Amino acid sequence: MSVDTALKILTPNDFASDQDVRWCPGCGDYSILAQMKKVLPTLGVPPEKTVFVSGIGCSSRFPYYMNTYGIHSIHGRAPAVATGVKSFRPDLSVWVITGDGDALSIGGNHLMHAIRRNLDINIVLFNNQIYGLTKGQYSPTSPLGKVTKSTPLGTIDNPIYPLSVAIGCEATFVARTVDTNIKHLAMVLKRAAEHRGTSFVEVYQNCIVFNDGAFDYATAKDTKTETTLELEHGKPLIFGKNRDRGVRLHGLDPEVVELGKGISEDDLLFHDERAAEPSLAYLLSRMRYPDFPEPIGVFRAVERPMYDELLNEQIAKAKAKCGEGNLQQLFESGDTWLVE
Amino acid sequence: MSTITPQKTIREIQHATVRFCGDSGDGMQLAGTQFTNTSALAGNDVATFPDYPAEIRAPRGTKAGVSGFQIHFANKDIFTPGDQLDALVAMNPAALATNLLDLTVGGVLIVNSDEFSDKDLKLAGFSTNPLDDENLRRKFQVYLVDMTRLTRLAVEEIGLGTKESDRCRNFFAVGLVYWLYDRSLEPTLRYIDDKFSKKPQVAEANRRALKAGFHYGETMEMFASQFRVSPAKLPPGRYRNIMGNEATAYGLIAAAKRSGCELFYGSYPITPASDILHELSKHKNFGVRTFQAEDEIAAITATIGASYCGAMGVTTSSGPGIALKQEAMGLAVMTELPLVIINVQRGGPSTGLPTKTEQADLLQALCGRNGECPIPIVAARSPADCFDTVQEAWRIAVRFMTPVIFLSDGYIANGSEPWRVPDASAMSPIEVQHPPGRSDGSTFLPYERNERLARPWAVPGTPGLMHRIGGLEKQDITGNVNYEAGNHQHMINTRDRKVALVADDIPLQEVTGPERGKLLVVSWGGTYGACATAVNDVRELGGDVAHCHLRYLHPFPKNLGEVLWRYEKVLVPELNLGQLRMLLRAEYLVDAVGHNKVQGRPFHVTELVEKIQQLLQ
Repeated sequence: MSVDTALKILTPNDFASDQDVRWCPGCGDYSILAQMKKVLPTLGVPPEKTVFVSGIGCSSRFPYYMNTYGIHSIHGRAPAVATGVKSFRPDLSVWVITGDGDALSIGGNHLMHAIRRNLDINIVLFNNQIYGLTKGQYSPTSPLGKVTKSTPLGTIDNPIYPLSVAIGCEATFVARTVDTNIKHLAMVLKRAAEHRGTSFVEVYQNCIVFNDGAFDYATAKDTKTETTLELEHGKPLIFGKNRDRGVRLHGLDPEVVELGKGISEDDLLFHDERAAEPSLAYLLSRMRYPDFPEPIGVFRAVERPMYDELLNEQIAKAKAKCGEGNLQQLFESGDTWLVE
Repeated sequence: MSTITPQKTIREIQHATVRFCGDSGDGMQLAGTQFTNTSALAGNDVATFPDYPAEIRAPRGTKAGVSGFQIHFANKDIFTPGDQLDALVAMNPAALATNLLDLTVGGVLIVNSDEFSDKDLKLAGFSTNPLDDENLRRKFQVYLVDMTRLTRLAVEEIGLGTKESDRCRNFFAVGLVYWLYDRSLEPTLRYIDDKFSKKPQVAEANRRALKAGFHYGETMEMFASQFRVSPAKLPPGRYRNIMGNEATAYGLIAAAKRSGCELFYGSYPITPASDILHELSKHKNFGVRTFQAEDEIAAITATIGASYCGAMGVTTSSGPGIALKQEAMGLAVMTELPLVIINVQRGGPSTGLPTKTEQADLLQALCGRNGECPIPIVAARSPADCFDTVQEAWRIAVRFMTPVIFLSDGYIANGSEPWRVPDASAMSPIEVQHPPGRSDGSTFLPYERNERLARPWAVPGTPGLMHRIGGLEKQDITGNVNYEAGNHQHMINTRDRKVALVADDIPLQEVTGPERGKLLVVSWGGTYGACATAVNDVRELGGDVAHCHLRYLHPFPKNLGEVLWRYEKVLVPELNLGQLRMLLRAEYLVDAVGHNKVQGRPFHVTELVEKIQQLLQ
C-alpha cells in the first residue's frame, strides 16, 4: 500500500478535505488555502505524512480544509502542539497556521520558543491586523490610533512587526508575502517547506469584513511596485515601476535613493539571505510604508541545529551507549537488600 | 527510650523516630537520606518526612531557613514517619527553636553547641541561651557536642578551607547518630566514594567526619545506651528504598514498556514535581523524551501533540501549574486522546506553600475545567504506591481514550519507604491498538466507538486515515465539527458515560477491618499511612472501626455506596476543608463527618486516634 502512495502523482485535490470552507466570501484566506494545496503536491510528501496544527481564530480553521492529519488546538498554543508532534515524529511534515492575535498576543511565548528551538516546522502567520473571529477588535499588529470596536478613540498600543519578532527569536528562516500575489505566495510557501529548521512566513492577508483594505497600498496594481520591494538573494534592493529607485545604507539606517544622477546599483544595499548575523534581515523587517517600500520575499535563510533532530539524536546515542532500557536493571539500581 | 542506665548497653527497641535539622545549607536532607538508606539496608521498614523551606538559602541562622528530615524506622510494618521524635539533632539555635516541641519527653537531644554564640541566639530570637535552661536537661537527655570544632579537627590534615571543613559537619552528625543506633558506616562510606569520586579531598574529609562522629559516640561513652532496631519481617524479595517521585518516574517508564509506547514527558519545573523530570531525563535509553517546556501550557499542549502521534503523553505539575493546564485538559477530553496529567499537590491557593504538603486539589481535578469535562482520577497512597498507581492511570487512559489525572502530594513525593522490587518479566502488557492504514478510499471515522465508547487511536503517518481533531464540538462517529443541539447533548452524555464506564474496569472497594459496624474511616492519597495506623491502633484497643482507602476518585468503585452504608458513622480525614467528604455526601447521601487540617503538614496518628475514639463514644 505504501508503494501505491509513493508512486501516485499527487494533485491539489489530494490535499482537499470534504469540508465546506466557511471563511467570509472574499477573505484572503482562500488564496492562501489554494496556494497551499498547489504547493504541497510538489514537495514529495504524501498527505498522511503531513500535519497541520492551528490555534484559534479565522486562520486556524485551515486544518479542517486539508485532507491531511490536523489539530485545531486552543488559542495561541499551536507552536507548542506542533513541538510535541515534530519532536515525537520528526519524519512528519508539520505546518502551523496562525494569525496575528493567535501568534503574537495570546501565544507569543510559544511562538518565541518554537522559533528559538528551531524545530523543523513551518509557521505561516496570516496577518490581517485585526481580530476577525471575535468580530473586530484591534490586534498586536494594528497600527497606532486604529479605531476598532474596542478602541473607539483609537489604539494606544504600539504595534509589533512579526518578522522583527521572529528575527529577535533567532529565526533561521523568515519571509513575507501577500495573499493576492499568488505566484510569490506559492514561491515563499515552497521555500519555507524546503528549509530545514523553523520557517516563519508572514502573509499580508485582507480581512474583508473588519479591516478591508489594510494592505491596499501593497496590493493595488498601480501602487504595489512603489510600495513593495521584492527581495532576491545577491541582488541590489531596487523597486519602482521603472526599477529606478533603490535602498542604500546611510550610516546604520536605510535610505531610499533614485538611481542615476551619480548613484549606481553598486551603491545600493545587496540582499544576502544567508548572512550569518541577522542585522540586515532585521533592518529590512523595520522598513515600513510609507517611508520605505516594504520588502517581500525571503529575508533570512540560514542553517542551525534543529531541536527535533537533537532530541532524537540524544535518544539514539543513549540507546547506543547504555543499550535498550532494561526495566529490571532500572528497578534494582542503587542499593538493594534481600529479605528471605 | 526514656530511662538512663548507668552502664553502656545496647537496648533492643521496636522502632524509633529521628530528626536531623539545621540551616538549609547544612546538608540535613543528605544526612537524613543517608540515615534512611542505611536503616533500609539494615532491613528496617522506614518512612521519611523531609521538611524544608521554599527559599533555597533563607538568611543563615534564622528560623525561616531551618530544614529538617525525619525518619521513622522499625522492626515491623510502618506507614508514617512518626508523630513524636525519639531523637533530635539540632545544628543551630533556630533549628532547636522550631523543632524541640516535637521531641518526646526523655528523648535524646544532640546539639551542635558551637553554633550558640550571642549572634546565633539573636538570629533565632532567643534572649537567653536555651542550653543553660535547667528545664531542658530535666526534660530531655541533652548532649552538647562541639561539632564544628571536632569536625575541623577531624579534617584538618586534608587542608580544606574552614568553609569546606564546616560542610562536613552533617557527616559528623550522621556518624554520631549511627553510633547511637548501632548502624553500619559502610553504605554511607560507599555513597561518599561514589558521590565525590572526582573530588578525592572532599571525599576523604567527609569519610573522616563520619568516622569521627561515630568514634566520638563510642569513645566518649556519652550516651547512656545504644539502641538497636532489628530487621522488619517484610514479605520475601529484593528490596530497595524509593521516594515517591522516583517511583512515579519508574512507573511511567514501566507503563511505557508495558504498552509498547514511547514516553513523551512535557513539563515545566515546579516544586515538588520537578524530581520526576530530573529522574526521567536520565533514562533516554528507554526512548523517554523529556521536554522542558517554556510554560505549563506548552508542557501539556506539546504532550497532546505527541499523544496524537502515538506517544505515551505525560505532563506533570503541582496545583498552580495544573490550573494553567486546565484549558488544554479540556482539549484532551474533546479530542479523546490518552494522556496522564500528574499533580504533585502542595499547599495552596496561589503560590501557597511550595514545599509543604496538602491534598486540596481534588475538586480542582474533578471540576476545574469549563463545560462538562469529565476526567478519571486516581491517587497514590504512599511513595512506593506511586509506581503502581501511575501505571493504572495510563492503563485507563489508553483503554478509554481519555486523559487521566494522577494525584500525588509533596509528602509522598519526597517521602520514601522500602519497595519490593517487582519482577519486570512478570508485568502484564497494556494493550494499545492503532488502526492500520488503508488504500481502498473508504472514509475513516475517527469518532467511531467500541464497547467502552473509546474511539480509535489513529496516528499521523498512517495512509488513508487522515483526520482532523480539535476543540470544537464534534459530530459523533465522523468527528466533523458540529454545532447541532441534539449532537451536543449526545456528545456530552457520551463523554460522561465513557468515563463512568471506567467503574466497570476497576476493582471493587475493599475495607480493612470489620465488614460492617460502628465507624468507617475513609481516606484517599497520602494520608493513607496515618489513617491506616490510627484505625489499626484503635482496633487493637478494641474499637469497632474499619478503614477504606480510595485509589479511584473518579469514577468511584461501583460498590462504594454499599460500603459506606454498612457503617453507622463515616469519618473522612483530609488535608483540606472536606473535599472528598463533600463528594461522598453528594453522591451517596451519607452523613460523613470530617477531620480536616491544612497546616502544610501530614496528620499525626495520635490526632486521628483521638478523633476516632471520640466518634466511637
